[in-house]
Amino acid sequence: MQLLQYKSQAVAKPYFIAAIGLFVGQILFGLIMGLQYVIGDFMFPVIPFNIARMVHTNLLIVWLLFGFMGAAYYLVPEESETELHSPLLAYLMFWIFLVAGALTIAGYLLVPYAALAEMTGNNFLQTMGREFLEQPLPTKVGIVVVALAFVYNIGMTILKGRKTAISMILLAGLVGLAVLFLFAFYNPSNLATDKYFWWWVVHLWVEGVWELIMAAILAFVLIKITGVDREVIEKWLYVIITLALVTGIIGTGHHYYWIGAPGYWQWWGGVFSALEPLPFFAMTVFCFNMVNRRRRQHPNKAATLWALGTGVMAFLGAGVWGFLHTLAPVNYYTHGSQITAAHGHLAFYGAYVMVVLTIISYAMPILRGRECNPERAQVLEMWSFWLMTVSMAFITLFLTAAGILQVWLQRVIDNPQPFMAVQDQVRIFYWLRELAGLVFLIGLALYLVSFFVKDKPQTVEASDAQPVAT
Amino acid sequence: MSAFFTKSRARNIFYGGVVFSALLFLALTFHTTWKMPQRDHRENLTAEVVRGKHLWETRNCVGCHTILGEGAYFAPELGNVYQRRGPEFIKVWMKIQPTGVAGRRQMPQFHFSEQQLDDIVAFLKWTSEINTENWPPNIQG
Repeated sequence: MQLLQYKSQAVAKPYFIAAIGLFVGQILFGLIMGLQYVIGDFMFPVIPFNIARMVHTNLLIVWLLFGFMGAAYYLVPEESETELHSPLLAYLMFWIFLVAGALTIAGYLLVPYAALAEMTGNNFLQTMGREFLEQPLPTKVGIVVVALAFVYNIGMTILKGRKTAISMILLAGLVGLAVLFLFAFYNPSNLATDKYFWWWVVHLWVEGVWELIMAAILAFVLIKITGVDREVIEKWLYVIITLALVTGIIGTGHHYYWIGAPGYWQWWGGVFSALEPLPFFAMTVFCFNMVNRRRRQHPNKAATLWALGTGVMAFLGAGVWGFLHTLAPVNYYTHGSQITAAHGHLAFYGAYVMVVLTIISYAMPILRGRECNPERAQVLEMWSFWLMTVSMAFITLFLTAAGILQVWLQRVIDNPQPFMAVQDQVRIFYWLRELAGLVFLIGLALYLVSFFVKDKPQTVEASDAQPVAT
Repeated sequence: MSAFFTKSRARNIFYGGVVFSALLFLALTFHTTWKMPQRDHRENLTAEVVRGKHLWETRNCVGCHTILGEGAYFAPELGNVYQRRGPEFIKVWMKIQPTGVAGRRQMPQFHFSEQQLDDIVAFLKWTSEINTENWPPNIQG
């Protein structure tokens, strides 16, 4: 059986491998930061907290982008029923992005940040030193070049082939991603306006165009593993992304409460962002509904588990934990506390980490020449799913507990206490969070191992005896 | 339901919804941009403040601190630190870092000149005067 329908889909493989590699780096730096929360001088001054955080968050962004690009290179030829426009360009961009990413991380770790800014032309165009957009100018330009080449490559492929709702929505998300990133180059010296437009990258990415990409990837995988009619799935897809953008665009206003923008944003932002859980809830229902109505029993059970997990955890992390503090009267107390950190962790893991792991779980076996992984490998992968997902849920709960105490002691009670005095009193939760982080690392290690596990010879015979129904 | 609510109908609702939301968002942004000067007091954006913001960014202060609640949650909020501590304290504080107390969170030493310290203070003072709808709830940030 010919598994890979189009040869050029193979370019996705290095993207997925790079994504997983950078994911490991992200988690290691997360553990360093977690320890710094309780042992303040850990690794200081070699890796100060701000550097570790920059590496942690930037690696996350870069590996998710690798994952999205890999997903697009894998699914667009299949959707368009044609080979990729230029596999060579895709390979070239892979190396450019990987080398630029590696140099950037090395720069963070080896050169003082101010010197890095100096030597990379930040004085010429000041863009650095803003949360998540810390990259030096050449890296930012590199991101634009890679994004444009990528959108061109994907766009040309879609243009010459079949146009499906999935590929068009994916393309719309990717174009939006590239266009909105241009606001990273706009950094006025007025902090208030700087913040206002900074959110056009950050919020309109994660609560806007990324949701299109996520929903498209999920829809693709669900069609493949459930065999449910495309018409049904694509109709759901439109409903989900409509909800996502209608709530998410004006929902940007929930970031405009306390940064100098007019007070009416408390209403606009509050009402619309309170509805932001809806698209995620629709995704949950969508995933379960489609799997329940499946017309085939796909042998890749791990991929099905990841898809269902994405539906649930994205709703909890982005939907529920977002709603928890999105209304202005609540946010007045919780803004910029550990509650924010708790939400950030579960939302990114539940939505974007898990959707990338879903497509990797589905596509990687096929890229390696088999429909699904051996039984033992799948069992191990499912163990890693549970370890990572449950430990991330606990990280979120511990940070939420820390956040509630922090808000109470620092912002609510009659004699509010200073920041560091409060931090000392919630240490226990930071220790527990670090412990949960270690469990996450174990889960990640099992995940890596699952790629190399083979079935014992006798199990192969056993599964030969009872062929899987299709 | 499925006969009435077809895929193309769903697609049209999507287009309509997105265009409407985007236009509404742009209109609100336009109004906000018009109102902002009265709220951020940009007439006080001196050369000192601008240099201060540059120092704030190139030392990646936001990697540990929050400013108007945005940034990292490892070190105190600095949007109102000018009121909480005052200019002299801020300058002395930065000069004596890191404290080197075992086990405590450490802030790097940035070797700022007196002029640069004044710039940082000017930036923090300007920031503290932005109309933030009375956020943070109290002086502790």
